[in-house]
Amino acid sequence: MSDNHATPPPAPTDDDYKIIAFCCNFCAYAAADLAGARRMQYPANVRVVHLPCTGKLEMDAVLAAFERGIDGVLVAGCLEGGCHYLEGNLRAKRRLEAIRNLLDEIGLGRDRLLMVNLSAAMAPTFVERVQEMVATVKRLGPNPLRVTANARGVAVPAARRPEACTAKGATST
Amino acid sequence: MIVGSRKPIPELKRVLARHKKVLFAGCGTCVTVCLAGGEREVGITAYALRMARKLDGNPLEIEQVTIERQCENEFIQDVAAAVERNEAILSFACGAGVQALAERFPQKPVYAALNTQFLGILEEQAVWTEKCLGCGDCVLSDFGGVCPVTRCAKRMLNGPCGGSTEERCEVADPERPCAWQLIYKRLEAIGQLDNLERVYPAKDWRPSWHAGARKIVREEHRV
Repeated sequence: MSDNHATPPPAPTDDDYKIIAFCCNFCAYAAADLAGARRMQYPANVRVVHLPCTGKLEMDAVLAAFERGIDGVLVAGCLEGGCHYLEGNLRAKRRLEAIRNLLDEIGLGRDRLLMVNLSAAMAPTFVERVQEMVATVKRLGPNPLRVTANARGVAVPAARRPEACTAKGATST
Repeated sequence: MIVGSRKPIPELKRVLARHKKVLFAGCGTCVTVCLAGGEREVGITAYALRMARKLDGNPLEIEQVTIERQCENEFIQDVAAAVERNEAILSFACGAGVQALAERFPQKPVYAALNTQFLGILEEQAVWTEKCLGCGDCVLSDFGGVCPVTRCAKRMLNGPCGGSTEERCEVADPERPCAWQLIYKRLEAIGQLDNLERVYPAKDWRPSWHAGARKIVREEHRV
Protein backbone atom coordinates (compact mmCIF):
# COMPACT_ATOMS: atom_id res chain seq x y z
CA MET A 1 0.00 0.00 0.00
CA SER A 2 2.93 2.29 0.74
CA ASP A 3 3.91 2.01 -2.94
CA ASN A 4 0.60 3.50 -3.91
CA HIS A 5 1.38 6.51 -1.75
CA ALA A 6 4.83 7.03 -3.25
CA THR A 7 3.37 9.53 -5.72
CA PRO A 8 0.36 11.09 -4.04
CA PRO A 9 -2.32 12.10 -6.53
CA PRO A 10 -3.45 15.70 -6.42
CA ALA A 11 -6.20 16.61 -3.95
CA PRO A 12 -9.67 16.42 -5.53
CA THR A 13 -10.82 19.59 -7.16
CA ASP A 14 -14.39 20.86 -7.21
CA ASP A 15 -14.88 19.19 -10.56
CA ASP A 16 -14.00 15.77 -9.15
CA TYR A 17 -17.16 15.56 -7.08
CA LYS A 18 -20.04 13.90 -8.85
CA ILE A 19 -23.64 14.19 -7.88
CA ILE A 20 -26.67 12.57 -9.48
CA ALA A 21 -29.94 14.45 -9.37
CA PHE A 22 -32.90 12.16 -10.00
CA CYS A 23 -35.49 14.66 -11.21
CA CYS A 24 -39.22 14.25 -11.61
CA ASN A 25 -40.53 15.14 -15.07
CA PHE A 26 -43.29 17.36 -13.73
CA CYS A 27 -41.29 19.66 -11.43
CA ALA A 28 -37.54 19.39 -10.85
CA TYR A 29 -36.67 18.46 -14.42
CA ALA A 30 -38.68 21.42 -15.68
CA ALA A 31 -37.12 23.61 -12.97
CA ALA A 32 -33.64 22.56 -14.09
CA ASP A 33 -34.68 23.34 -17.67
CA LEU A 34 -35.94 26.75 -16.61
CA ALA A 35 -32.70 27.42 -14.74
CA GLY A 36 -30.84 26.71 -17.97
CA ALA A 37 -33.15 28.90 -20.03
CA ARG A 38 -32.58 31.75 -17.59
CA ARG A 39 -28.83 31.23 -17.81
CA MET A 40 -28.62 30.57 -14.07
CA GLN A 41 -25.29 29.10 -13.02
CA TYR A 42 -25.13 25.96 -10.94
CA PRO A 43 -22.24 23.57 -10.26
CA ALA A 44 -21.27 21.35 -13.16
CA ASN A 45 -20.85 18.41 -10.78
CA VAL A 46 -24.48 17.43 -11.10
CA ARG A 47 -25.75 14.89 -13.62
CA VAL A 48 -29.49 14.99 -14.09
CA VAL A 49 -31.45 11.75 -14.53
CA HIS A 50 -34.95 12.23 -15.88
CA LEU A 51 -37.69 10.29 -14.06
CA PRO A 52 -41.41 10.14 -14.82
CA CYS A 53 -41.98 10.57 -11.05
CA THR A 54 -39.79 10.18 -7.97
CA GLY A 55 -42.13 7.31 -7.03
CA LYS A 56 -40.62 5.41 -9.97
CA LEU A 57 -37.13 5.48 -8.45
CA GLU A 58 -36.00 2.00 -7.44
CA MET A 59 -34.08 1.75 -4.19
CA ASP A 60 -31.29 -0.24 -5.78
CA ALA A 61 -30.70 2.47 -8.41
CA VAL A 62 -29.63 4.81 -5.62
CA LEU A 63 -27.43 2.15 -4.03
CA ALA A 64 -25.87 1.35 -7.43
CA ALA A 65 -24.88 5.03 -7.78
CA PHE A 66 -23.10 5.00 -4.44
CA GLU A 67 -21.37 1.71 -5.15
CA ARG A 68 -19.98 3.17 -8.36
CA GLY A 69 -18.47 6.07 -6.46
CA ILE A 70 -21.02 8.86 -6.85
CA ASP A 71 -20.44 11.30 -3.99
CA GLY A 72 -24.00 12.42 -3.42
CA VAL A 73 -27.52 11.77 -4.67
CA LEU A 74 -30.24 14.37 -4.82
CA VAL A 75 -33.81 13.26 -5.45
CA ALA A 76 -36.02 16.12 -6.52
CA GLY A 77 -39.77 15.65 -6.56
CA CYS A 78 -42.90 17.75 -6.56
CA LEU A 79 -44.10 19.74 -3.58
CA GLU A 80 -45.91 17.54 -1.09
CA GLY A 81 -49.53 17.35 -2.14
CA GLY A 82 -48.62 18.35 -5.69
CA CYS A 83 -47.54 15.01 -7.18
CA HIS A 84 -48.84 14.46 -10.70
CA TYR A 85 -49.54 10.86 -9.66
CA LEU A 86 -50.99 11.95 -6.31
CA GLU A 87 -48.53 10.33 -3.92
CA GLY A 88 -45.42 9.19 -5.81
CA ASN A 89 -43.25 11.78 -4.05
CA LEU A 90 -44.58 10.72 -0.62
CA ARG A 91 -43.72 7.09 -1.36
CA ALA A 92 -40.27 8.14 -2.56
CA LYS A 93 -39.77 10.07 0.69
CA ARG A 94 -40.39 6.94 2.78
CA ARG A 95 -38.18 4.77 0.59
CA LEU A 96 -35.36 7.29 0.65
CA GLU A 97 -35.54 7.45 4.43
CA ALA A 98 -35.05 3.66 4.46
CA ILE A 99 -32.02 4.05 2.16
CA ARG A 100 -30.61 6.81 4.38
CA ASN A 101 -30.81 4.40 7.33
CA LEU A 102 -29.15 1.72 5.22
CA LEU A 103 -26.34 4.13 4.26
CA ASP A 104 -25.72 4.64 7.97
CA GLU A 105 -25.54 0.87 8.48
CA ILE A 106 -23.15 0.55 5.53
CA GLY A 107 -20.91 3.26 6.93
CA LEU A 108 -21.29 5.80 4.10
CA GLY A 109 -23.51 8.11 6.12
CA ARG A 110 -27.07 9.25 5.48
CA ASP A 111 -26.13 12.81 4.51
CA ARG A 112 -25.00 11.79 1.03
CA LEU A 113 -28.64 11.26 0.04
CA LEU A 114 -31.15 14.06 0.12
CA MET A 115 -34.72 14.54 -1.10
CA VAL A 116 -36.04 17.98 -1.99
CA ASN A 117 -39.47 19.13 -3.06
CA LEU A 118 -40.08 21.93 -5.52
CA SER A 119 -42.34 23.03 -8.34
CA ALA A 120 -41.59 23.52 -12.04
CA ALA A 121 -41.37 27.29 -11.51
CA MET A 122 -38.78 27.07 -8.73
CA ALA A 123 -35.59 27.26 -10.79
CA PRO A 124 -33.72 29.35 -8.16
CA THR A 125 -34.62 26.74 -5.50
CA PHE A 126 -33.29 23.95 -7.72
CA VAL A 127 -30.01 25.84 -8.14
CA GLU A 128 -29.78 26.45 -4.37
CA ARG A 129 -30.41 22.81 -3.55
CA VAL A 130 -27.77 21.65 -5.99
CA GLN A 131 -25.30 24.13 -4.51
CA GLU A 132 -26.15 22.91 -1.00
CA MET A 133 -25.67 19.29 -2.03
CA VAL A 134 -22.28 20.08 -3.55
CA ALA A 135 -21.28 21.90 -0.35
CA THR A 136 -22.46 18.93 1.77
CA VAL A 137 -20.50 16.45 -0.32
CA LYS A 138 -17.37 18.63 -0.17
CA ARG A 139 -17.73 18.76 3.60
CA LEU A 140 -18.08 14.96 3.77
CA GLY A 141 -15.19 14.37 1.37
CA PRO A 142 -15.15 12.06 -1.64
CA ASN A 143 -17.13 8.83 -1.62
CA PRO A 144 -14.61 6.38 -0.13
CA LEU A 145 -15.82 3.76 -2.62
CA ARG A 146 -14.72 5.89 -5.56
CA VAL A 147 -11.81 4.31 -7.34
CA THR A 148 -9.27 6.39 -9.27
CA ALA A 149 -5.97 5.48 -10.83
CA ASN A 150 -2.75 6.62 -9.19
CA ALA A 151 0.34 7.77 -11.08
CA ARG A 152 1.28 4.15 -11.82
CA GLY A 153 -2.15 3.35 -13.17
CA VAL A 154 -3.08 1.25 -10.12
CA ALA A 155 -6.64 1.66 -8.92
CA VAL A 156 -6.69 3.21 -5.46
CA PRO A 157 -9.96 3.42 -3.51
CA ALA A 158 -10.56 6.96 -2.26
CA ALA A 159 -10.55 5.69 1.33
CA ARG A 160 -6.88 4.77 1.00
CA ARG A 161 -5.76 7.93 -0.74
CA PRO A 162 -3.79 10.36 1.44
CA GLU A 163 -6.17 13.29 1.03
CA ALA A 164 -9.06 11.22 2.39
CA CYS A 165 -7.25 11.03 5.71
CA THR A 166 -7.68 14.76 6.23
CA ALA A 167 -11.13 16.13 5.70
CA LYS A 168 -9.66 19.57 4.98
CA GLY A 169 -7.80 18.19 1.98
CA ALA A 170 -11.10 17.07 0.53
CA THR A 171 -12.93 20.30 1.17
CA SER A 172 -10.32 22.82 0.01
CA THR A 173 -11.53 24.79 -2.98
CA MET B 1 -47.57 -17.02 5.72
CA ILE B 2 -44.23 -16.94 7.52
CA VAL B 3 -43.13 -13.38 8.28
CA GLY B 4 -39.56 -12.28 8.88
CA SER B 5 -37.32 -9.24 8.60
CA ARG B 6 -33.73 -8.67 7.59
CA LYS B 7 -30.98 -8.66 10.16
CA PRO B 8 -28.97 -5.41 10.47
CA ILE B 9 -26.06 -4.98 8.02
CA PRO B 10 -23.37 -4.88 10.78
CA GLU B 11 -24.57 -8.27 12.05
CA LEU B 12 -24.50 -9.79 8.56
CA LYS B 13 -21.05 -8.28 7.98
CA ARG B 14 -19.79 -9.94 11.16
CA VAL B 15 -21.30 -13.30 10.19
CA LEU B 16 -19.70 -13.24 6.72
CA ALA B 17 -16.37 -11.79 7.87
CA ARG B 18 -14.33 -14.91 7.10
CA HIS B 19 -15.63 -15.38 3.54
CA LYS B 20 -14.65 -13.75 0.22
CA LYS B 21 -17.26 -15.27 -2.10
CA VAL B 22 -20.79 -15.89 -0.91
CA LEU B 23 -24.04 -17.03 -2.52
CA PHE B 24 -27.01 -14.88 -1.49
CA ALA B 25 -30.04 -17.14 -1.78
CA GLY B 26 -33.50 -15.59 -1.75
CA CYS B 27 -36.75 -17.50 -1.37
CA GLY B 28 -39.70 -16.86 -3.66
CA THR B 29 -42.47 -17.80 -1.27
CA CYS B 30 -43.47 -16.27 2.09
CA VAL B 31 -40.47 -14.00 2.59
CA THR B 32 -40.90 -12.52 -0.89
CA VAL B 33 -44.48 -11.62 -0.05
CA CYS B 34 -43.44 -10.07 3.28
CA LEU B 35 -40.74 -8.02 1.49
CA ALA B 36 -37.88 -9.49 3.49
CA GLY B 37 -36.09 -12.17 1.47
CA GLY B 38 -37.17 -12.04 -2.16
CA GLU B 39 -35.16 -11.11 -5.24
CA ARG B 40 -35.40 -7.38 -4.57
CA GLU B 41 -34.29 -7.63 -0.94
CA VAL B 42 -31.43 -9.93 -1.90
CA GLY B 43 -30.30 -7.28 -4.39
CA ILE B 44 -30.51 -4.40 -1.93
CA THR B 45 -28.69 -6.34 0.79
CA ALA B 46 -26.02 -7.37 -1.70
CA TYR B 47 -25.38 -3.71 -2.58
CA ALA B 48 -25.19 -2.83 1.12
CA LEU B 49 -22.81 -5.63 2.08
CA ARG B 50 -20.58 -5.14 -0.94
CA MET B 51 -20.20 -1.47 -0.05
CA ALA B 52 -19.71 -2.15 3.67
CA ARG B 53 -16.99 -4.71 2.94
CA LYS B 54 -15.28 -2.45 0.39
CA LEU B 55 -15.14 0.29 3.00
CA ASP B 56 -13.33 -2.15 5.27
CA GLY B 57 -10.80 -2.88 2.51
CA ASN B 58 -11.97 -6.50 2.40
CA PRO B 59 -14.14 -6.85 -0.73
CA LEU B 60 -16.86 -9.46 -0.88
CA GLU B 61 -17.86 -11.20 -4.09
CA ILE B 62 -21.57 -11.98 -4.17
CA GLU B 63 -23.59 -14.24 -6.44
CA GLN B 64 -27.36 -13.81 -6.20
CA VAL B 65 -30.07 -16.34 -6.82
CA THR B 66 -33.70 -16.59 -5.74
CA ILE B 67 -35.44 -19.95 -5.86
CA GLU B 68 -39.12 -20.69 -5.66
CA ARG B 69 -39.08 -22.45 -2.29
CA GLN B 70 -36.05 -23.05 -0.12
CA CYS B 71 -37.83 -25.46 2.21
CA GLU B 72 -38.15 -28.16 -0.45
CA ASN B 73 -35.32 -30.25 -1.76
CA GLU B 74 -36.71 -30.31 -5.30
CA PHE B 75 -36.26 -26.57 -5.60
CA ILE B 76 -32.95 -26.48 -3.72
CA GLN B 77 -31.56 -28.82 -6.35
CA ASP B 78 -31.61 -25.92 -8.83
CA VAL B 79 -28.91 -24.02 -6.95
CA ALA B 80 -26.46 -26.90 -6.42
CA ALA B 81 -24.06 -25.60 -9.07
CA ALA B 82 -24.13 -22.07 -7.64
CA VAL B 83 -23.51 -23.43 -4.15
CA GLU B 84 -20.51 -25.32 -5.47
CA ARG B 85 -19.02 -22.09 -6.89
CA ASN B 86 -19.18 -20.23 -3.57
CA GLU B 87 -17.56 -20.52 -0.15
CA ALA B 88 -20.77 -20.08 1.81
CA ILE B 89 -24.49 -19.34 1.55
CA LEU B 90 -26.41 -16.45 3.06
CA SER B 91 -30.00 -17.65 3.05
CA PHE B 92 -32.85 -15.14 2.93
CA ALA B 93 -35.44 -17.84 3.69
CA CYS B 94 -37.24 -18.49 6.96
CA GLY B 95 -35.56 -20.71 9.54
CA ALA B 96 -36.96 -23.79 7.79
CA GLY B 97 -35.36 -22.80 4.49
CA VAL B 98 -32.00 -22.04 6.07
CA GLN B 99 -31.95 -25.46 7.72
CA ALA B 100 -33.08 -27.20 4.55
CA LEU B 101 -30.07 -25.70 2.73
CA ALA B 102 -27.75 -26.64 5.58
CA GLU B 103 -28.96 -30.25 5.49
CA ARG B 104 -28.73 -30.45 1.71
CA PHE B 105 -25.18 -29.05 1.59
CA PRO B 106 -23.42 -30.43 4.68
CA GLN B 107 -19.98 -29.15 3.62
CA LYS B 108 -21.05 -25.51 3.11
CA PRO B 109 -21.54 -22.94 5.83
CA VAL B 110 -25.12 -21.61 5.68
CA TYR B 111 -26.04 -18.37 7.44
CA ALA B 112 -29.41 -16.75 8.11
CA ALA B 113 -30.02 -13.27 6.70
CA LEU B 114 -33.43 -12.89 8.31
CA ASN B 115 -34.98 -13.06 11.72
CA THR B 116 -37.97 -15.36 11.21
CA GLN B 117 -40.75 -13.94 13.35
CA PHE B 118 -44.23 -15.35 13.07
CA LEU B 119 -47.12 -16.88 11.15
CA GLY B 120 -49.24 -13.96 10.16
CA ILE B 121 -51.26 -12.11 7.57
CA LEU B 122 -50.97 -8.91 5.61
CA GLU B 123 -53.24 -6.34 7.32
CA GLU B 124 -52.57 -3.60 4.79
CA GLN B 125 -49.70 -2.73 2.45
CA ALA B 126 -46.46 -3.42 4.41
CA VAL B 127 -48.19 -4.21 7.73
CA TRP B 128 -48.21 -7.78 9.06
CA THR B 129 -49.70 -9.16 12.25
CA GLU B 130 -49.23 -12.45 14.03
CA LYS B 131 -52.22 -14.78 13.96
CA CYS B 132 -51.01 -18.28 14.78
CA LEU B 133 -48.47 -19.84 17.14
CA GLY B 134 -48.77 -23.29 15.63
CA CYS B 135 -49.67 -24.68 19.06
CA GLY B 136 -50.77 -28.02 17.59
CA ASP B 137 -54.21 -28.03 19.25
CA CYS B 138 -56.38 -25.43 17.50
CA VAL B 139 -59.10 -23.73 19.54
CA LEU B 140 -60.33 -21.30 16.87
CA SER B 141 -63.68 -23.08 16.45
CA ASP B 142 -64.67 -22.28 20.03
CA PHE B 143 -63.62 -18.64 19.93
CA GLY B 144 -65.29 -17.38 16.78
CA GLY B 145 -62.16 -17.60 14.67
CA VAL B 146 -60.06 -15.32 16.88
CA CYS B 147 -57.11 -17.05 18.53
CA PRO B 148 -56.70 -16.29 22.23
CA VAL B 149 -53.51 -18.36 22.39
CA THR B 150 -51.74 -16.11 19.88
CA ARG B 151 -53.50 -12.77 20.07
CA CYS B 152 -54.08 -12.46 23.83
CA ALA B 153 -50.76 -11.36 25.35
CA LYS B 154 -51.55 -13.49 28.41
CA ARG B 155 -52.74 -16.46 26.33
CA MET B 156 -55.90 -16.65 28.40
CA LEU B 157 -58.47 -19.27 27.47
CA ASN B 158 -60.95 -17.90 30.04
CA GLY B 159 -60.71 -14.17 29.39
CA PRO B 160 -60.89 -11.28 29.39
CA CYS B 161 -58.31 -10.34 32.00
CA GLY B 162 -59.88 -6.99 32.90
CA GLY B 163 -56.78 -5.00 32.05
CA SER B 164 -57.78 -3.75 28.62
CA THR B 165 -58.53 -0.10 28.00
CA GLU B 166 -60.72 1.22 25.21
CA GLU B 167 -60.66 -2.23 23.58
CA ARG B 168 -56.85 -2.20 23.56
CA CYS B 169 -54.47 -4.64 25.23
CA GLU B 170 -52.61 -3.40 28.31
CA VAL B 171 -49.43 -5.31 27.47
CA ALA B 172 -46.60 -3.71 25.47
CA ASP B 173 -48.18 -2.40 22.26
CA PRO B 174 -50.84 0.23 23.04
CA GLU B 175 -52.34 -0.14 19.55
CA ARG B 176 -52.94 -3.88 19.77
CA PRO B 177 -56.61 -4.78 20.08
CA CYS B 178 -57.73 -6.89 23.05
CA ALA B 179 -58.23 -10.40 21.64
CA TRP B 180 -61.01 -11.08 24.10
CA GLN B 181 -62.90 -7.98 22.98
CA LEU B 182 -62.66 -9.33 19.44
CA ILE B 183 -63.77 -12.79 20.56
CA TYR B 184 -66.82 -11.39 22.35
CA LYS B 185 -67.87 -9.22 19.40
CA ARG B 186 -67.39 -12.04 16.95
CA LEU B 187 -69.32 -14.60 19.03
CA GLU B 188 -72.09 -12.05 19.52
CA ALA B 189 -72.27 -11.46 15.76
CA ILE B 190 -72.57 -15.16 14.97
CA GLY B 191 -74.92 -15.93 17.86
CA GLN B 192 -72.55 -18.17 19.78
CA LEU B 193 -72.00 -16.23 23.01
CA ASP B 194 -72.93 -19.39 24.91
CA ASN B 195 -69.46 -20.69 23.99
CA LEU B 196 -68.14 -18.43 26.73
CA GLU B 197 -70.11 -20.25 29.41
CA ARG B 198 -67.75 -23.15 29.13
CA VAL B 199 -64.76 -23.00 31.48
CA TYR B 200 -61.69 -24.08 29.56
CA PRO B 201 -59.23 -26.35 31.37
CA ALA B 202 -55.55 -25.44 31.38
CA LYS B 203 -54.13 -25.81 27.88
CA ASP B 204 -52.26 -28.98 27.07
CA TRP B 205 -49.02 -27.74 25.55
CA ARG B 206 -47.69 -31.17 24.67
CA PRO B 207 -48.79 -30.92 21.01
CA SER B 208 -46.81 -27.66 20.84
CA TRP B 209 -43.01 -27.36 20.51
CA HIS B 210 -42.51 -27.62 24.26
CA ALA B 211 -41.78 -31.32 23.82
CA GLY B 212 -39.20 -30.66 21.10
CA ALA B 213 -39.36 -30.35 17.32
CA ARG B 214 -42.46 -32.01 15.90
CA LYS B 215 -42.81 -34.45 13.04
CA ILE B 216 -45.78 -35.47 10.93
CA VAL B 217 -45.90 -38.69 8.92
CA ARG B 218 -48.84 -39.35 6.60
CA GLU B 219 -48.55 -43.02 5.77
CA GLU B 220 -51.32 -42.91 3.15
CA HIS B 221 -49.32 -40.47 1.03
CA ARG B 222 -45.92 -42.02 1.37
CA VAL B 223 -44.29 -43.61 -1.65
